[in-house]
Amino acid sequence: MSPTPSSESHAPARTRPGRSPLHRMPAGIKLLVLAAAGTGLAFTTSLWVLGGALALTGAGYAIARQPVRRLFGVIRPMIWLLVPIFLVQGFMESWILAVAIVTRIITLVALAQLVTLTTPSDTMIAVITRALTPFRVFGVHPGKVALAISLALRFLPVIGGLAQEVRDAQRARGLGHNPLALALPLLIRTLRMAGDVTDAIEARSGGDDDEDAAPARTPVPVTPRAGSAAASSPAPAPRSS
Amino acid sequence: MTTIEVTDVVKRFESFEALKGVSVTLAEKRIGVVGSNGSGKSTFARLLNGLVLPTRGSVVVDGLDTAKAGKAIRRRVGFVFQNPDNQIVFPVVEEDVAFGLKGLKLPRDERESLVDTVLSRYGLEHLRQQPAHTLSGGQKQLLAIAGALITNPACVVFDEPTTLLDLRNARMIARTIREMEQTVIVVTHDLALLNEFDRVLVFDEGRILVDDAPSAALARYVERMQ
Amino acid sequence: MKHTVVRTKDIVLIALFAALMAALALFPPITIPALGVPITAQSMGVMLSGAILGAKRGGLSILLFLLLVAIGLPLLSGGRGGLGVFFGPTAGFMFGWVLGAVLIGYLHERAWATIEPFKSFLYCFLGGIVVVYAIGIPWASVNTGVSLVKVAVGSLAFIPGDMLKAGLTALAVVAIRKAFPAMHQPAA
Repeated sequence: MSPTPSSESHAPARTRPGRSPLHRMPAGIKLLVLAAAGTGLAFTTSLWVLGGALALTGAGYAIARQPVRRLFGVIRPMIWLLVPIFLVQGFMESWILAVAIVTRIITLVALAQLVTLTTPSDTMIAVITRALTPFRVFGVHPGKVALAISLALRFLPVIGGLAQEVRDAQRARGLGHNPLALALPLLIRTLRMAGDVTDAIEARSGGDDDEDAAPARTPVPVTPRAGSAAASSPAPAPRSS
Repeated sequence: MTTIEVTDVVKRFESFEALKGVSVTLAEKRIGVVGSNGSGKSTFARLLNGLVLPTRGSVVVDGLDTAKAGKAIRRRVGFVFQNPDNQIVFPVVEEDVAFGLKGLKLPRDERESLVDTVLSRYGLEHLRQQPAHTLSGGQKQLLAIAGALITNPACVVFDEPTTLLDLRNARMIARTIREMEQTVIVVTHDLALLNEFDRVLVFDEGRILVDDAPSAALARYVERMQ
Repeated sequence: MKHTVVRTKDIVLIALFAALMAALALFPPITIPALGVPITAQSMGVMLSGAILGAKRGGLSILLFLLLVAIGLPLLSGGRGGLGVFFGPTAGFMFGWVLGAVLIGYLHERAWATIEPFKSFLYCFLGGIVVVYAIGIPWASVNTGVSLVKVAVGSLAFIPGDMLKAGLTALAVVAIRKAFPAMHQPAA
């Protein structure tokens, strides 16, 4: 009955809380610094500049009190790429260039990860929705973007659980290695769920902000298309009853 | 007290006719709806708050036609679905409960106090900051009820609210429904849930077959199912 | 442009398919010994989102998935996440996912009524492989300073796995069309 209060399984798990100056720095500024570094470092192969940037990034980890193993955690999955890149550049061009390029990749990845480590997900979401406000003129609705993000966060564990269930069921039937036997039920259940979730949102919110008196599901005028005359129903079939 | 007038409603989905002419006026405080799978009872429930609009006929809630006043109807008639996992739409308990208040533009502290009130009424206040997916099945259904009630609807429609719960949680939800101040309309297979209700409708093949007091209606229903 | 209104159902589908992309990372990768490259289920999500949701919703669901990765959630296969992954050599392939899903979606929407496995496979090949590699390879080349040709040769090992995914997606899409014929109804 009692829930397991696991902050680890809660969505914003990647950020490491803290009170360092880097944690307190506004997220927008951190993102701007990252964008500037990404652009600036792309145009240089100077070992001095790149080495300096890497040292500054390392200092950032120290200021934010992030252990070095978290940095390695990001770099490790890239090793299988970085080693061949280093060797190809070394043999074909020069070993100095090889060092420069690998240093640049590591620096940028580490710096970007430092922003993630010191910025909570909800702060990041707030920055993103605020940054989208000017795009209203192009039909981007920040409220709808925020709803989509929240819904995705909510349904990550739900669909993850669904995937697990489907896997177990197919394994019991001996179909555990048939990718189609896994993908199809997962897709169908996700699509059904989409219908139910839409109903719930409309039942709870009273429909879109933009429409006032309109009913929840205005019947969709069917645009005739070649051969699809029968394939048209805006409303889902009723559920179990 | 809410009055819902359903007049001559036919509802067709593609080639399938879910309701084949239903007329009924609902004014009691506790109304049960039963019927076998495919009898049209879920479609009927969705008519009552405008989630489904009639193909023919009309549904009028306290003078408002569901086909014309969608938003106002949904503020008056709350809806609790069978699977709370599909009804909880925000990742954290307090965010989800507050979802219904979004369009109302309330000041922050008023919103907070409404959230407090409804969470403590359903014994969820200690879970306020919890991720919704860590709740038990019974707690999720309570959260779904709290979310539907935060806008203070006059009537709440439940679509099989206990079907996915274990016995203990099903009893807890049944008690919660019986103790509600609002008009409640409950679609269910759980006949014990309807014991002290005022009226029970039995659906069969898209029509109302029986409309009577619970004991009489349920006796006819059980007899028919055999 | 009042016809670009995004309905609630569209937002829900976009969000659920972004979550589905993440769930696909939970399936263990298959390694074909002859190639030595792990085949992950996740990039199949790109083809599925495009084919089933269409150009706009499919592209937005992949974009939303990348946004969740960017805010730090460890959703990429292997548990990777955070802004870091967008600065590495393989980031171009992820940007390619968005455009790939859009093209796959556009092609499937047009042919939805008469879709059959080979057609769907071809569309997934064009969007999920040609477009994705056309963006991923130049990015990797610029990011690493390795010549285009060498990156392209290095990427060849992944093509058989991606073809397999395009084939599986095609079979799934045809089955889904039977269950949900109205999937690509235009928004009112």
